[in-house]
Amino acid sequence: MEDISREQSETPPLLAMRDIVKQFPGVRALDGVDLDVRAGEVHCLLGQNGAGKSTLIKVLAGAHQPDSGEVLMNGEPVKLTTPTAAMKLGVATIYQELDLVDGLSVAENVFLGHEHATMGFTRRGTTNAATRKILERLGHGEIRPTTEVGRLSPAGKQVVSMARALSHDARIIVMDEPSAALAHDEVSNLFRIIREVTAQGVAVIYISHRLEEIREIGDRVTVLKDGRTVAVGLPAKDTPTNKVVSLMTGRNVEYVFPPRPDGGFGDELLTIQNCSVAGMVRDVSFSVRAGEIVGLAGLVGSGRSEIIEAVYGARKFSGKITINGEVVKPGNTTRSVGLGMGLAPEERKAQGLLLGQTVARNITLASMERYSTLGWINRKKEAEEAAHLVKALDIRPPDPNRVIKTLSGGNQQKAVIGRWLVGEGRKLLLLDEPTRGVDVGARAEIYALVRKLADEGVGVLLVSSEVPEVLGLADRVLVIREGRIVREAGAGELDEHTVLDLVMDAHPVTSAPSHD
Amino acid sequence: MTEVNPQQVSTPKADETGKAKAHAAVATPPGGGPRFSLGAIGDIPHIGLVLALVILAAVGLVTVPDSFGTASNMVSILALAATIGVITVGATFVIIGGGIDLSVGAVMALASVWATTLATQEYGPWVMMICAILVGTGAGLLNGFLISYGRMVPFIATLAMLVAARGLAQRMSNRKTQLVGPDNQLIVDLSTTRVLGLPLLVYIFAVVVIIGWLILNRTTFGRRTYAVGGNPEAARLAGINVRRHTMMLYALSGFCCGIAAILIMARTTTGSSTHGDLYELDAIAAVIIGGTLLTGGRGTIVGAILGLLIFTVITNLFILNGLNTSDQLIAKGLIIVAAVLLQRRSLNAST
Repeated sequence: MEDISREQSETPPLLAMRDIVKQFPGVRALDGVDLDVRAGEVHCLLGQNGAGKSTLIKVLAGAHQPDSGEVLMNGEPVKLTTPTAAMKLGVATIYQELDLVDGLSVAENVFLGHEHATMGFTRRGTTNAATRKILERLGHGEIRPTTEVGRLSPAGKQVVSMARALSHDARIIVMDEPSAALAHDEVSNLFRIIREVTAQGVAVIYISHRLEEIREIGDRVTVLKDGRTVAVGLPAKDTPTNKVVSLMTGRNVEYVFPPRPDGGFGDELLTIQNCSVAGMVRDVSFSVRAGEIVGLAGLVGSGRSEIIEAVYGARKFSGKITINGEVVKPGNTTRSVGLGMGLAPEERKAQGLLLGQTVARNITLASMERYSTLGWINRKKEAEEAAHLVKALDIRPPDPNRVIKTLSGGNQQKAVIGRWLVGEGRKLLLLDEPTRGVDVGARAEIYALVRKLADEGVGVLLVSSEVPEVLGLADRVLVIREGRIVREAGAGELDEHTVLDLVMDAHPVTSAPSHD
Repeated sequence: MTEVNPQQVSTPKADETGKAKAHAAVATPPGGGPRFSLGAIGDIPHIGLVLALVILAAVGLVTVPDSFGTASNMVSILALAATIGVITVGATFVIIGGGIDLSVGAVMALASVWATTLATQEYGPWVMMICAILVGTGAGLLNGFLISYGRMVPFIATLAMLVAARGLAQRMSNRKTQLVGPDNQLIVDLSTTRVLGLPLLVYIFAVVVIIGWLILNRTTFGRRTYAVGGNPEAARLAGINVRRHTMMLYALSGFCCGIAAILIMARTTTGSSTHGDLYELDAIAAVIIGGTLLTGGRGTIVGAILGLLIFTVITNLFILNGLNTSDQLIAKGLIIVAAVLLQRRSLNAST
């Protein structure tokens, strides 16, 4: 075992990324990022959604190749050309969704891909012994190497992922929001493991939105904004929350929001009373009026999408949800559509689109009854309706018969929203991350469309991870944290800084050591 | 304040050009203009299938010129194809809907046995036919119920039905072949009575294909079948009752098995628990050769029927040439592999 001294300012850092640039079509995801990581430290990476964190860790994992910039390990330039190359250099990445095989044992998972084997026959004894050794090193000797991974708790799986990283002799372990799936007591367990690993000289790059966690486990913080490093090596323990949040906010984004109307809103349209979703949403009550855009701001896992799914009847809930006085029934989306609701889901491709079918068929999917008699489709009317919407929404290229997967994200999203605009009578639109993966131009068009619909009297419930979007588009904002509404206010009364503070569970009163 | 984000730093000019660029990028998508439509994608495999049929026919005309091209041989090919053909129509729906039905042959056998028991035969040919259809539809509904509401994997649920239906058919018939009685010759007439040179059962086959095509391509039920198979979650969130639809698909498949049972009673003049052995494999193979994705969401009835005709013609050619059945099976296996490989190529070329 090597012993690690506390300060190594003389020796080059374990990992140094210099001026990393990564360009995607239409987006400059990384625009000159620097990162210095020392052996044995927990280095936290902070930044809002879209700041470039995921791209950066993918570069580090060998999954993306940077367009320019260099990566040094112990002062030596290295090339992370493939995930395998990255792993050989000692970089292990643990993604949010753990990539474990439930049906295999703990030991088999730990050594998956680099099994101890002779002539193709695995040596189970050796594998199990080696696994036991790693688990003991992590302080989890109680997990048996022969246990099936599917039987472990989320925290146990976290340990196995960590063991797998160590089995590769990882010197740097990247953890992407490792606490998102864990309960509170499990998080402290995770921290214990991280401390054990770093005590042995391994560096951990820790990504989380929760500032309190970063205070507890982190040594230094690097902040990203708009694909650039805006702060390097801040001390995690005593940088004031205010400063961190200021660094993250004020993103240079070209959002153009339509003006809000002067007049008031219509009658109460949607009422949610004491709604709870098991494990995700606790006792939420609010309402949406006709013509009003209500925004839900919150982190991934805060319960915001679950609220929207419950309203749509796509998820089991307790409590009472009514639209125009009619009760929403859990599990019955057909009824919800009949009551005048429409949903543009979070995962556009997985939940919204029939990718192999035409734009027209994607648009008319939810409203076939409108132009069919006893199930027989009037194809002429259908084609007219689809062509009308393609034109009205300015979907490009303006060809209803084009297969939808060939369109850009923004135009696909317009089609998903357009699905609910066939004919009149849609009362409530539920938009979950409507501009994810949408370019700037189409964003402005979607904002304008949503505002126009609201002006026509449609109620809108909007979910977005991008705080400026919620503040810019919504009339009223509900801040969601850990399944509860922690603040409700008119959009004009809130600013990005305040909302981020609330969202990240770092209210100045409770955790900031200085200021105010 | 709301019109433009206050934190916006870029100059208006830069903003405009950025927007213009974004528009340009949208207006010219990768691959240029509308080079292909869904119809064209669908057409390519069909052309391939028609070509394959033409080549097979040419082989027949060259190797067995005296027998292959005769009218009676053509009729016997169609009559042979009719039974599995009706089943294939149902199987196409199930597979496009993202499922699989392994029980079709067994359900057809059960329907044929149930319809030819002495008790049923007493009521005459019409009741026998209705009985066959009800038994088939009922078995299909049970499949669909287990899959939709019992949340069983289609492969398992219909495998269980395959085994159980075959067993029930054996029990009901005491493993004996049941003849269609002399009072019920109306059923046998379906294969012996000819209109314009073709036996009636070929017309039944044709009607089933046409109705199937219309349902799949011209009704909301057909549209939803593609949606449910292509992306069940998207279908559910669009307000489609995916479970009920899935159940209906299996019921439809069972209904087709019931019709197929009538056709096989007509052709063989019997009901038997051994009817339809391995029909499920022929039907699935025909659907796959016809370009339907086994993962659902994509496929055509015309393709499936062409696939089936290819299979039937191959069988016919091997028999006429006096070759043994083992070689025939090898040839069929090769054709399945070749068809899928060719389709993947044309699919890749078009996307």
